[in-house]
Amino acid sequence: MSPEPDITNPATQPQELAVQEKKELGGEEKTVPGRFFVPSTDVFETEDGLTLVIEMPGVSRENLEVSLEEGIVRIEGKLDFSKYAGIEPVYTEYNVGHYARSFSLSDKVDRDNIAARLEDGVLTLTLPKSPAARPRRIAIN
Amino acid sequence: MARLPSAFDTLLGLQQALDSFRTSSWLDAGLSGGGAYPPVNVFRKGEDLVLIAEAPGVRKSDIEIQVKGRTVRISGVKSVDYPKEAAVHRRERLAGRFDRAVSLPIDIDPERVQAECRDGVLAVLLPRAASDKPRTIKVS
Repeated sequence: MSPEPDITNPATQPQELAVQEKKELGGEEKTVPGRFFVPSTDVFETEDGLTLVIEMPGVSRENLEVSLEEGIVRIEGKLDFSKYAGIEPVYTEYNVGHYARSFSLSDKVDRDNIAARLEDGVLTLTLPKSPAARPRRIAIN
Repeated sequence: MARLPSAFDTLLGLQQALDSFRTSSWLDAGLSGGGAYPPVNVFRKGEDLVLIAEAPGVRKSDIEIQVKGRTVRISGVKSVDYPKEAAVHRRERLAGRFDRAVSLPIDIDPERVQAECRDGVLAVLLPRAASDKPRTIKVS
């Protein structure tokens, strides 16, 4: 029996880069034709807050929408497929499409201070914990 | 044959066109390392080819492209970092080194190859070598 992997420490987990088949978005119908994909996402938590790292290759800043409503953060990235005009596919290994995913947030998140950064097709959402939810050291008298 | 550009008016049209080539045999004989990272799509643009690959989170400076004859080699490293004290709740992104070669059915002019990486998508323009272009023979 191998020991239970320590999920709190990603550095101890071996990993190999492989092609991940894109998952199609389910459970929600779109009014426009075309497939949406679920972006690969990492979620990690530190003392200061929660960070979401979302991979949306091909989505530029102006085609990205992040909204927060009733405790649900929703990310939608639109692909500008006009770039594909005038070229014909001859060999393909992956399909392209828009991206959408939502996450429900706990009350501990300071909703007014959410920050977003997009770099190399990766969106990093920083959700700070509200001051009341941060760990505190209690002095013992 | 591939759909004409009008099919790209809708996302669905593009997706269907891409799907119809997932089973294409166009490159089968020459493609090495098919299914390796990063996934690539190859398009025809007039006489030239365009290779597009999705590599989100890979910095420009971490990608190396080499072209020789009919082969394009894409190599590099993708890293995913977490702060030391972070508790990871969900882990879907993969990291590591990659190195793959794609053999094309035409000769490429290595001097005119252009590559750009934007928003995690790598696009390499592969112009057909002049020596590879068909010549029209005048019938006398």
